[in-house]
Amino acid sequence: MSSETKQILTTDGIPLEVSLKKAEKKNKIKAFLLVAPLLLFIIITYVFPIGDMLMRSVDDKMVTEMLPKTFKSMEKWDGQDLPPEEVFEAFYFDFKKLIEEEREGKLSTQLNYTKNGFKSIIKKLRRKSKSFEEGNYKEQIMSVHRRWADVEYWRAIKRRAPAYTYQKYLKGIDMYENEKGEIINVPEDRRVHRILWMRTLEIAFFVTVFCFLMAYPIAHLLATLPMKYSNLLMICVLLPFWTSLLVRTASWMILLQQQGIVNDFFVMIGLVSDDNRLEMMFNKTGSYVAMTQILLPFMVLPLYSVMKTISPSLMRAGKSLGGTPFVAFWKVYFPLTIPGIGAGCLLVFILAIGYYITPALVGGASGTLISNQIAFHMKSTLDWSFASAMGLMLLSGVLVIYWLYNKLVGIDNIKLG
Amino acid sequence: MALPKYTEPHYRIWHYVYLTICAAVFFFLVAPLFVIFPLSFNAEEFLVFSDGMKRLDPDAFSLRWYQDMIYGTKNPWGLAAKNSFIIAIFATIGSVILGTVAALGLSSRHMPYKGLIMAVLISPMIVPLIISGVAIFFFMAKVGLAATHTGIVLAHIILGTPFVVITVTATLSGFDHSVTRAAASLGSDPVNTFMKITLPLILPGVISGGLFAFVTSFDEVVVVLFLAGLENTTIPIQMWTGLREQLSPTILAVATCLIILSTLILVTAELLRRRSERLRGINR
Repeated sequence: MSSETKQILTTDGIPLEVSLKKAEKKNKIKAFLLVAPLLLFIIITYVFPIGDMLMRSVDDKMVTEMLPKTFKSMEKWDGQDLPPEEVFEAFYFDFKKLIEEEREGKLSTQLNYTKNGFKSIIKKLRRKSKSFEEGNYKEQIMSVHRRWADVEYWRAIKRRAPAYTYQKYLKGIDMYENEKGEIINVPEDRRVHRILWMRTLEIAFFVTVFCFLMAYPIAHLLATLPMKYSNLLMICVLLPFWTSLLVRTASWMILLQQQGIVNDFFVMIGLVSDDNRLEMMFNKTGSYVAMTQILLPFMVLPLYSVMKTISPSLMRAGKSLGGTPFVAFWKVYFPLTIPGIGAGCLLVFILAIGYYITPALVGGASGTLISNQIAFHMKSTLDWSFASAMGLMLLSGVLVIYWLYNKLVGIDNIKLG
Repeated sequence: MALPKYTEPHYRIWHYVYLTICAAVFFFLVAPLFVIFPLSFNAEEFLVFSDGMKRLDPDAFSLRWYQDMIYGTKNPWGLAAKNSFIIAIFATIGSVILGTVAALGLSSRHMPYKGLIMAVLISPMIVPLIISGVAIFFFMAKVGLAATHTGIVLAHIILGTPFVVITVTATLSGFDHSVTRAAASLGSDPVNTFMKITLPLILPGVISGGLFAFVTSFDEVVVVLFLAGLENTTIPIQMWTGLREQLSPTILAVATCLIILSTLILVTAELLRRRSERLRGINR
C-alpha cells in the first residue's frame, strides 16, 4: 500500500496532517498577537533607546561635521611633516564658517579634549583671522601662534576625523589613545574609574555574601516551622520588601548617624567612648549595612521557595543512616538548596551592582558605586556619551549574569513574594 | 520546632544558637522600620530620641510634623502625593492590561521563541535602574515627553509590566485549559470566554501583579529623577531631595504614612496569594 491511500482526511477532504499544521500555525499567530503589543512597546520605548545609548557612546560626528573640508584635504596627508597648504586653506574656510555660525567655541572645547592647548590658540586665531589676506594661509596661520606650526596639533585634529570613536570606553577604564595611536593607562593619580569598578564589584560581592549568610538560617527556619508561625515570621521578611526604598534608607540614616541609636548603644555597652563615636555613615560601612538589609528579602525568598520543597524525611533518613545532624545537613540538605542559593545570589548581585539611591544617600564619597558616576555625568558634567558608555559597560556585565541566571534558574522561574 | 527528648546536649546548644542567630537577623530586618514611628512624633526638631521621649513624657511627643506635612507652607507633599497617585494608578492600569494580555500569549504552548521573548519582557526588571533611566530619558526627550506625566507613566509601565507578566504567567501555569475549551464548545467567543471564565480564575494573580506594578511606580525614584520637571514631582522625589538636603522630621511623618500604606498592600497581597493558591488547588 502506498502512503497516499493511508492518509486520513478531515470531513472537508483536506489531509489531516495539513489541517493540523494549519491549526497549529493559527494558534501560533494567535499567541504571538497577544504578546505583540507589549513586545512592541518594550522594543520601541526600551530596547531601541538602549541601542541609542550605544550610538551615543561611540558617536563623534561633531568635529567631523564642523571641519568637513579640512578632513577631506587631510586624507592625502601622511601625518609625518606639517600638512600642505591646501589643508591650511581648507581649515581656514571651515573655521571662517564656524565663526559666522558662532560655533568656534565648541570646536575649541572639543579639540581641547583631544589635546590640551587648543583653547587659547583657537581664540587667538579667531582674532587674527579677521585680517587675513587671500592666499598663503599656511604662513598666515602658522604666524598666529607657534603651536599652529607644531605638527602634533595637526595630528590631533586629524585624529578627530572619524565619525565614531571608542575613546569613551577607554576613558571608562582609565585608558586613552595617545598621539601615536597607542592605548595607554592614564597617570596613576587620575585612575578614578577603575577604583570605582573595583569598589562596585567588591561591595556587590560582599553584600551578596552577607545576605547569603543571614538569609540561609532564617529561610531554613521559615521553611521548617509549622505554618502558623512561619506565616507570621514571613511578614517580617515581606514588610521590608514592600516598603519604600527611600523609607528604609532614611531609617538607616537615622540609625547610623553619629548621635544615632547604634552609636548610643555602642557607647552604652562601652564599646566606644562618647567623644569618639563611630562614623558609620557617608562611607563604605553605610553602603554595606543599608544595602545588605535592603536586599536581604531578595535572598530569603528564593531560598525559602527551594527549602519548602525539601522533604524533612530526607534529613531524618540521613541521620538514621548514621550521619550526625551536621553531616546530614552538609551531605543531604545543603546540596539540595544549591539551586536556591544560585538564584538568590545572582539576583542580589545583579541588584547590588546597579544600586544607586542607597549609596548616594549613605555612601558618601568612599561608598558610591558606578551608578552614581553615571548619574553624575548625566546630570552634572552633561557628558552623555560618556555616561552612555559607562552604562553599557555596566549593562554588559549585568547581561552576562542575567544569561547565567537564565541558564541556571530559568527566567520564568522567578518567584515573587 | 521543639527538639526531641533524646537530643544530645551540644546539639541542643547549637539549636539555641541557631534560633538566636535567626532572631538577630529578623531583628536586623524589621527593627530599622520601627525607629521611624516614634521619632516622627518627636516634639523637637532633632532626629534623636530626646530625654523626654525616653521618660515617655507626653510633652515630648507631638503631631507637629504631621501638621507640617499636611498644612505646612510651601509644602511640596500635597502636589507630590497627588502626582504619585495619578502616575501610579495609570501606570498600574497600563501594566496590568499589557502584561496580562502578554502573559496569556506566553502561557500558550504554541508560543514561538518563548524563552527569548520572555527574557526581553523581563529585562526592565533586571537591567540596573540607572541604565533604564538614561535610556528612557533619551527616548522621552526625543519624542518630547520628558517632564510630562505621560512620559513618566509610560516609563513606569515599562518598569511595571515584568512583575505583571511574572505573576500572571505563574498563575496561568496551574490553569486548566479545558475550561476555556468547554466555554468555546458551548459557543462563547474568545473575549467572552476570557472575561467570564479565565479572568475570574486568574484574578488573584492579576491583582497581585498590579500591586507590584503600583508599588514599583509609587516607589520609583531613579527614572523619575531623569524625567521629572518641577511640575511632576512625586513623593519619592521629594523624599530624595529632603534626605539629601536635611533630614527633617516631616520626612519621617511621610515615611510613617508610607510604611502604613505598604503594610496595607502587604496584607492584601498575602491574602490574594493564599486565595490564588486555594483556587489553583495548591495545598500546603
